Order: sequence, then C-alpha cells, then structure tokens
Amino acid sequence: MVSPPGTERRMMTGNAAAAWGARLADVDYVPAFPITPQTEIIEDLAAWFAEGAMRGKFITLDSEHSMITAAGAAAATGCRVLTATSSQGLLYGLEALYTVAGWRVPFVLVNVSRGLAAPITLEPDHNDVLAARDTGCIQIHAETCQEVLDSILFAHRIAEDPRVRLPVIVNMDGFYLSFTREPVEIPSMEQVRDFLPPIRSGPAEFRASKPMAQGVAVLGGALYSHFRHQTHLAARNALVVHAEAARDFADIFGRSYQLVDHHLLEDAEFVIVMAGSFATKARAAIEVLRAEGKRVGLLRLRMIRPWPATAVVAALAGRRGVAVIDQNLSPGLGGILFQEVAASVLPKSDCPGVLRSFVGGLGGKDISLAEFRHVIESLERARPGEVADSPELLYTEADWRQVQPLLKLAGAHESAIPAPEAQAKVVTA
Amino acid sequence: MKAQREFIHNLKELPRDELLAPGSPMCAGCGGLLALRLLLKALDGNVVVVNAAGCLTLLAVYPFTPLRCSWLYTTMGSAAAGAQGIRDALDVLIAKGRLPAAEDLHVVVVAGDGSTLDIGLSSLSGAIHRGLDFYYLCYDNEAYGNTGFQMSSASPLGSQTATSPPTKAQPTGTMLQKKDIFEIWRAHHPPYIATLSTADPVDLAEKVRRSMQFRGPKLFTAFATCPPGWGYDPSQGHHIAKLALDTGVWPLKEATQGQVRHTYIPDRRRPVEDYICSQRRFNHLFSPRRQDVVLHQIQSSIDAYWNEVAQCEMPRLSTKRAIS
Repeated sequence: MVSPPGTERRMMTGNAAAAWGARLADVDYVPAFPITPQTEIIEDLAAWFAEGAMRGKFITLDSEHSMITAAGAAAATGCRVLTATSSQGLLYGLEALYTVAGWRVPFVLVNVSRGLAAPITLEPDHNDVLAARDTGCIQIHAETCQEVLDSILFAHRIAEDPRVRLPVIVNMDGFYLSFTREPVEIPSMEQVRDFLPPIRSGPAEFRASKPMAQGVAVLGGALYSHFRHQTHLAARNALVVHAEAARDFADIFGRSYQLVDHHLLEDAEFVIVMAGSFATKARAAIEVLRAEGKRVGLLRLRMIRPWPATAVVAALAGRRGVAVIDQNLSPGLGGILFQEVAASVLPKSDCPGVLRSFVGGLGGKDISLAEFRHVIESLERARPGEVADSPELLYTEADWRQVQPLLKLAGAHESAIPAPEAQAKVVTA
Repeated sequence: MKAQREFIHNLKELPRDELLAPGSPMCAGCGGLLALRLLLKALDGNVVVVNAAGCLTLLAVYPFTPLRCSWLYTTMGSAAAGAQGIRDALDVLIAKGRLPAAEDLHVVVVAGDGSTLDIGLSSLSGAIHRGLDFYYLCYDNEAYGNTGFQMSSASPLGSQTATSPPTKAQPTGTMLQKKDIFEIWRAHHPPYIATLSTADPVDLAEKVRRSMQFRGPKLFTAFATCPPGWGYDPSQGHHIAKLALDTGVWPLKEATQGQVRHTYIPDRRRPVEDYICSQRRFNHLFSPRRQDVVLHQIQSSIDAYWNEVAQCEMPRLSTKRAIS
C-alpha cells in the first residue's frame, strides 16, 4: 500500500505511538502521574510541551484520582485532554472515572494494561481495564502500535461527538506493546485535521457569562436512573459514531478498523475470540494450524464498550466451535469476556455448537502454540451443546516446572502445592 | 486587640450583592453556609465553586442551585484537582485565544474538614505545591457532619461524635487533638492563609480581599458552627462562634507569605468552659461527673497556644506599632 503524502514511517513503541497520537490530535492539556509501564507516554508529552512542539499545558498531579478529576474538569471547561495510566493507577482513579463519565465530558485516557496486585507484578492482563468497563467510558483495545496511534484519533473523535460526550479509554498491553517497537505510520497534521476537527464547544462549559451547575446531586432513584441510562444510550451511540469515523479514516489514511477484527473467519469452523496484543500470538498459531488443515479463525474484540453484540453474533453464527480466551479472571466466576460473548450468542438459534471458556496470559504469561493447539483440540473433541461449568486455565508443564521449585524454595507446604495434573492442562513437548 | 484593616472596615463596605440566594437544604443555622455566603460576597462575582463531598454538596440538588455562580461537584478526595483542571483549562483557552479574558473565573474549592484534613489532604497538598491560583474554603464543623457527625481529624479533644461516644470505659469521647491544618498549609509556603469566623464577618471579608492581591493558593479555614452536631439551638450560633473567639479556642489569624499575624487577640481570654458548656457534644465532661483532667488539658493547650503567640508575635506586633 502506498502511504498518503506527508506520512512518515518509523519504528516505535506503543508508548511512543500513544504520545504521537496525542500530539497529532493537538491535545491542549495533559494531566499526568507516572506508573510503569505507561510512563514513557507522559515523558514524551512532557518533553514536547516543554520544547513547544505541543501548546497548552502538561502537569503532574499527585495521584491518578486527582489526575482523572483534573482531566474531567478541564474537559468540562472546553480543552482537548489526554491522560494515561496503568493497572493500580486506573483502579486508584476508578471513583473519579465514574464521576467524570457521569459529567458527560470528552477526553481520552490511555491505559497500558498490567496485572493487578496482589501479588504485585508488571506484565499485562486485562483485569485493570475491565474493572473500568461499567464506568460509562468507551473502551477501545489495540493490538498493534499502529492501532494505538490510530485509536487515539478515533477516541477523540468519538468522545467529542455530541451524540456521545463520554471519556474514551484506549487500551494497550504493557510490555508487549508499550515497550515493543513496530513500524508505525505517522500521518501529517493536515490529514489528522481532516479526520479530527478542532474540539467543539460542549453544551455546558464554565464561563463567567454563563453560570451553571454541573455534577450536581440528585435525590431519588428516578432521576438517577434517568441520567445513568442516558450514559448508556450515549455509549451505545459510539457504535454508530465509530462506523462513521472508520469510513473517514479509511478514506484519509487508507487503514480500516471495525468494532471487531476478523481474521480468516470466512471458512473457519473454529474461532478464537481474544482482545489485545495476544491476538497476534493467536494469528501466528492459526497460521500453523491452518497449514495442518484445521479451519481456524480469529475474532478480535476491538471495541469492548459499548459492547458490539451484533458484530459478535454475526461473526460467530453457525460456527462449530468458539473459544473465548480471556486474559483476565473474575475469581469464582471465570473469564469476563466469555460471559459477555455467551450472553450475546447463546440466545441465538444459530449460535456456535460449542462455546468454551479459557483463561490465559494472566500477568503476561505467554500463550504458546501448544496452548492454542490445546484450545482448538478441545473444541474439536467437545460434543455440540456441551457447556463447560468452569473456565480452563491455560498453563503448561513448562510453566509448572518453573513455578514448583520456587514454591518449595519459599517454604510452601507439600499440601499447598497442587499435583501437576491439577495445574497443568497443556503438555508441551 | 484587632488588626488594622485595609479593604473592609465595617459591614457596610461588604458588597450588597448575594451570590448565594436564600433557600437551600442546609440545616437552620449552618455556620458553613454563612461562611460561604460571606466569602462569595467578598469575592464579588465570576466564581466557579468546586465542591468535595460534604454537607454543602446538597446546596445544588438537581435541578436547583441557590448559587448565582457556577458549581462543579467532584469527589470527596479530589476537589483541589478539579480546581486544577478548571484553572488550567481557562488559562490554556485564554492563552490560545479561544476564550476572551472576560470569561475568566475565580476558582473556589469548598470542602468540609473531613475532606480537607483527611481524604482530600493529598490532593490539596499537591495543588498548593503546584502553586495553583485558587481559593480554598474549608468549613470546619469538626466532624463528618453530612453522614451524621462522625469523628474527623478536626474533632476536638473531649468532644462527642457518633464514632467517639463517651462511655464508662472511655469517658473522654474524642481522645485525639485536632489536626493543625493551618500549619500544615503553612509548611507548603502558599502566599496567603487565614482562619475565618462568621462571628467577625468584617475580618472574614478583609482577609478574602487581602488574599485577592496574590497569585497562587489562597487558603481559608472557617469555624463552622453546626447546630445538630454540636447540640445547641440554631439561634445560638453567633454567640457560640463569638465564644470560640473570646475563649481563644478559634484563633483569628493569617499567614502572608508565611508570616503569621493574629488579627484578633482577646485582651483577656474567657475560660474555655464558657464555650464548652454551651454545647451538648461536651456534656459528658460535666455529667455524670466532672472530668477535670480533660477540662484542664483543653484549657492548658489553649493557654500554651496563646503563650507562644505572646512570645513570638506580640513583641513583633508591638515593635511594628512603635514604628508606625
């Protein structure tokens, strides 16, 4: 494909791509707070504001809770705002995230996924961002560094649309995207302006000539229900706004994005459903499995809020087997996205014959080819209509061999160490 | 002894305009509400109030607001950060020519003592450290008032709250001393800090006007009488606020660029018991038996405070007087 004029192609990390997205969006205000693995984003932006490449203000707040409050308040005053966080930070700011979504203000929050403490860790899974799924924020999950940059442009456009006016979270996986360099096209400012015009005034902004109260208390459930439901309807509107934006995006930049990403689905008997950068691992596995004659495809969830039920149902209709691999865990229940996929597809008459839940990649644990093979083989073996009562943890003998001596070293009692067969479901050669 | 005034010399010089209209769901005799009303009067227009969860959150209940200025409710722990976002956004928009300077606003945080001294302290500390150009009003009713008067770190020694009830085993009630927010603020080196009392509205307005000369954090903590929490008839609010000044319980002071000056020094302090026995929250210090140890402790900490003022400040004040 020939790049549009003015486009520059560079190797860059997901974090750098996020910073470039903010720069191209001509963001006015960046309230920040450092946390690994997000910190490079705000370091780049701090430097650009300091040297004058970006105009407005970069400011370090005292916590993510303050940072998200400041982001929402600045958006409520009429600035284009971007902020970024990760993991513990997102949860520390979660109260504020519900609050600012309720204010119905547009801004963009980049979340760099990282497993939640305890135990404290650095590598990714999606429990952090999925904890924000009920806030009212829109969520876009990126698979590549290019998609990170592009999604930030999408995110500002969706957030600022009068039909939506909600914060948008753009999610990327820590390490696998944040610190991984990939070729990324940086469009010109002129192209971006065609796609993303300057921010328009909202219906309510703080001005001396127009005193107004925002974020006020309501008494009674009827009003509360009304406003909360309005947030739901606004979030649903993002499906339409995304579709419009995607058309313009393809015209201007030549790259195409949908609510969900199809890969080799046309003739696929078996479909893996995933979100985030680990979908790239699934693509590699699918290539191998296809070469062996298995008809396997991938459905990658890109927009997770609003939930693209129609697109999910259409992609999975009539398949022999579907496996949702959740890179998250709701202890006592299982994978979170499995629940949402199942709720969408199971009531349909042409729902997949087999629908199974897997949990993998927690805390950044690799999902190997053997594990993908195991997933597909278990779909092949399953009887139609069979519903597993609990999710299966993707965990290999190699993983177990690594962990067992560490548990012993830490003094874990023999009885606290599960038998290998209980722990490892996947045997690797 | 009262300090000399530069801006507001008597009540008649207060602006007549009200930014806070009558008719709000606050309790009758709410001292916090009166403090806010006087502060807004002194600021004289173009204000956005940024609120933290507390009693005054119920000022604006959809679709009504008694405020003729703007309002944003944030959270209990991040009102100062909300002020940061609005202030920064106004500055950015004006600098970029997207907003006329005439649309600018004074950004005023209004928060209770629980928010200010406890859950929002980190956020406020950050805002002061960053030199945010804003006003901060803490209405200090010495407990978590809105939730039914539980102990905060502003609750005074010997007071009864819903979570520090005097019992046979622990007859004191609140056993901790009040956190010194004035000195916590002063350690951040903001340009202006003051304590306020609705018992002296001229002093209150004078301080607000004095603060308006400065860019940066302008921080006020107001003695906020609370009829239901403290246990007294709403008609007695002014009397109790005045007793707090005359007994030396609530010092009226300011710190300009860190330099502390008391704006009212009672010539002869009344015994603290006069103040304490006016409120039900201290009843247990007198009945069923008099708790002399606690009463003495309260009185002696007040005496110690004013002795230190006499040592540190009085010589300086008298020197100043001698020069002028």
